Amino acid sequence: MRYLEDFTPGETLELGSWTFSAEEIVDFARDFDPQPFHLDEEAGKASLFGGLAASGWHVACAWMRLWIDNQNRVMAEAKASGIELPVAGPSPGFDDMRWLRPVIAGQTIRYRTTFTTTRAFASRPGWGVVNSLNEGFDEAGTRVFHFTGHVFMPRRG
Amino acid sequence: MTGSTGAARGEITRWFEDFRPGEDIPLGSRTVTRGEIVAFAAKWDPQPMHLEDAAGDASLLHGLSASGWHTASLLMRLFCDNLLAGSSSLGSPGVDHLEWKKPVHPGDTLTADLVVEDTRVSTSRPRVGFVRGRFVVRNQRGETVMIMDSTLMMGRRGVA
Repeated sequence: MRYLEDFTPGETLELGSWTFSAEEIVDFARDFDPQPFHLDEEAGKASLFGGLAASGWHVACAWMRLWIDNQNRVMAEAKASGIELPVAGPSPGFDDMRWLRPVIAGQTIRYRTTFTTTRAFASRPGWGVVNSLNEGFDEAGTRVFHFTGHVFMPRRG
Repeated sequence: MTGSTGAARGEITRWFEDFRPGEDIPLGSRTVTRGEIVAFAAKWDPQPMHLEDAAGDASLLHGLSASGWHTASLLMRLFCDNLLAGSSSLGSPGVDHLEWKKPVHPGDTLTADLVVEDTRVSTSRPRVGFVRGRFVVRNQRGETVMIMDSTLMMGRRGVA
């Protein structure tokens, strides 16, 4: 990705969009979240969601996929210009994940990441953590999903 | 987000009133295979350390490891099968805090528990109760690999 020092608080990344097909919603739910309103159109309509709704974890996983795709794109572009960027470290976890509105079959969600703060570790030389606000918006621009992420990043030098 | 889980099946054995602070609810176990780890990562988290042994060995995670989102999704599945399916669940507004504390490697057996911390009735919607708790996922050595603090919305017994 990049080095810890290269992240600017307030910087925003548009990660692109993910369309939640009925087929993918049901596939994900069958494996990980087999509740009726994630598996069946009629059960979804009868629920408070009002339609076949994606699992909240599916909505989160789509963010992850777009985040990695973005990271790979940035690294490939840098490599093409002769710059070797470091690979990001693992994530220790996240905070304040909210599923504000259901994501219904056929909806397209646009994801955005805003870097908020960075911190170098005293205990682990060469590494620090980047914190970010990650959000998903529906076609009308209404925020449907957000969480605060943390990722370990290597430091320069 | 709110839905209705057990209510749709008409066999509710656990309502809001059945959750007790301090109670530890076992959510069962699941062994994670290499094939599952790689298939999940290829779709949702295609980073080399989740896809290839050599990259896993070279990473801070010391070996091919499951995506953290995979571990969270597997917890959701255990939670569905062993608690939500027979409950008056109305969904969850989200997750307050989640930590991935240890990597999950192929062949690891994960065991999950929900420890109930606090229960309260919604002031604005009397048919809804909030159950706040900590989910703990441990591996076969008893090491905690993930914790998750979340609030569940549960329907109340006899309140329509």
